[in-house]
Amino acid sequence: MSAIEVKGISKWYGKQKQIAVNSLTFEVKKGEVFGLIGPDGAGKTSLFRILTTLLLPDSGNARVDGLDVVKDFREIRNRIGYMPGRFSLYQDLTVEENLNFFATIFGTSIEENYNLIREIYIQLEPFKERRAGKLSGGMKQKLALCCALIHKPTVLFLDEPTTGVDPVSRKEFWEMLGRLKDQGITIMVSTPYMDEAAKCDRIALIQKGDILAIDTPENIINSFPEKLYRVQTEDTGRMLKILSEYSSGLYAYASGEYVHIAFNDNLISPQEITIVLREHISSEVSPEEIRPNIEDCFIHLLRA
Amino acid sequence: MRTLKYLLIKEFKQIFRNKAIIGIIMVMPMIQLLILPHAANYEVKNINLVVVDNDHSTYSRNLVSNITGSGYFQLTGNCQSFKQAFSEIEADKADLVLEIPANFEKDLIREQSQSLFIAVNAINGTKANLGASYLSRIIREYNNTLRAELLSVDKPASSRAIEITTANWFNPGLDYKSYMVPGILAILVTMVGGFLTALNIVKEKEVGTIEQINVTPIRKSQFILGKLIPFWILGNVVFTIGLTLSWLIYGIVPQGSLFVIYAFIAVYLVAILGFGLLVSTYSETQQQAMFIMFFFMMMFILLSGLFTSIDSMPGWAKALAHINPVTYIIEVFRMVILKGSGLKDILPQIAVISVGAVLLNTWAVRNYRKTV
Repeated sequence: MSAIEVKGISKWYGKQKQIAVNSLTFEVKKGEVFGLIGPDGAGKTSLFRILTTLLLPDSGNARVDGLDVVKDFREIRNRIGYMPGRFSLYQDLTVEENLNFFATIFGTSIEENYNLIREIYIQLEPFKERRAGKLSGGMKQKLALCCALIHKPTVLFLDEPTTGVDPVSRKEFWEMLGRLKDQGITIMVSTPYMDEAAKCDRIALIQKGDILAIDTPENIINSFPEKLYRVQTEDTGRMLKILSEYSSGLYAYASGEYVHIAFNDNLISPQEITIVLREHISSEVSPEEIRPNIEDCFIHLLRA
Repeated sequence: MRTLKYLLIKEFKQIFRNKAIIGIIMVMPMIQLLILPHAANYEVKNINLVVVDNDHSTYSRNLVSNITGSGYFQLTGNCQSFKQAFSEIEADKADLVLEIPANFEKDLIREQSQSLFIAVNAINGTKANLGASYLSRIIREYNNTLRAELLSVDKPASSRAIEITTANWFNPGLDYKSYMVPGILAILVTMVGGFLTALNIVKEKEVGTIEQINVTPIRKSQFILGKLIPFWILGNVVFTIGLTLSWLIYGIVPQGSLFVIYAFIAVYLVAILGFGLLVSTYSETQQQAMFIMFFFMMMFILLSGLFTSIDSMPGWAKALAHINPVTYIIEVFRMVILKGSGLKDILPQIAVISVGAVLLNTWAVRNYRKTV
């Protein structure tokens, strides 16, 4: 049995029936870290809210831990942990009080499941008398994770847990998720950061409510069909303009301090482009072939 | 039970940490009770009077001194002509103009009759009405003394008249304070119960904590009870503070039993809390809740008989007043505190409020959805 089964789930909003989630079907295996990767507004939060029984789907059905999200919502709420994208613990209660509160309403206690949260809670312990609203961003997120874990959920839903968190805390956070996975907890996590995708067992790339691809990060990267080059440049705008005007056999986009160039037919060769760029920009440019990352795959899929 | 208990503990912790709320609960009753009963007074005093005395006789001077001696009027000026006096009205310096015609005294004795002219500035309706009637009464009394004087010369004691004596029950001195204070207590209980509940629940929505609560096994009923019970208790606390203060400041001691008052408050608070809950289910932000609450509070207060008598309202307003919970609590407070009514006397009010409590809470609970 899968931890999460989604069959044709759709959700639309408003009078114009604007699609948020468009007939999605996928499965998440037990003990997997499953990533939903997509930009803001892709439908990640709506999907989370449906799976956590906060939102009714307009069509299709879904099961979490074998339970129907509409019919068995009450039992699901006992079994899952949910960390919303926005910090939503009581800011005027202390760290310890928040944790105690969530433990109590799930009919358990901090002591009972302490081993599950110990590693995270140890970092919070010095601040346990502090009000949650006065914690730093990284600490808030750790507390939220503790509160979502305190009742030993079988499936953990994390909606953009690392948005607005510094790079060090982000790295730590993913390490923690790895350890939770070792305890057999299924984790579904969404993120707009492509670099975090590689840390998931499987990912779904979603955009405007549709799944563009769903596979392991490795397979998604391997299925990238084109030759990909990158060029370092100081004048990204000009280079992009030259490239887009030169030929339709390639497409280019900025990625950090580089410009990535993907060649989508064989009529045009990288050597030719090197000559063009040296002529127009500088004699020092030298495109080098690279292995695509998830972001490249995403951009490729968006064009398809 | 354990969940509910913990919800209550959490709620009280949050309330006691919110310094502003505690301040409001303590200070609001004090200030309202200290200020409002003095200011919200129906007695009209200091009516500005301008006299145009064209006679300058003993009678006219006596009449004017009788008027100013009554304590209601303030003689702001003597004018030579009505035209001049009218400009005082236009300048809002005068509320009333009394014109005494020339030969007032002479004609009154010779022709047995004389007329006076009163002009009223009716911009402030209450003031104008009461001022004119006070003035007419004083003139009538003056007329009676004159008649007595004149008649006693010719035929002694032949005037037949019905003499009226009034006794004011339950509030012998017609003291507005003892009339206003119970009303203000009623408003206090309503404000604390309604506003605080609505804002508290909407705050959970606004901050997003409700999202986290909704994915827990907490039941609708537990969550709602966890919200209503603390504010029910708080409502009782505020009322007790208010009652103590009105005893300390104004010496108002309920004539009826405290049990009857608290029994009514118990039911009344359930209704008002239900109303707060209802408002919260229709608002997304505290700002929205605040404005909705404010709108209803205005209506509730103005249509409650606190300031104006319900009996003198037009039919539709009377109907509105009868579906207004505040009407009933003010009625009951005045009945029990001033008159000493017992439980049996306020049963109709309890019945109406109970029905209201059931309706409001059912509606609110139905509208409160756990799945957004």
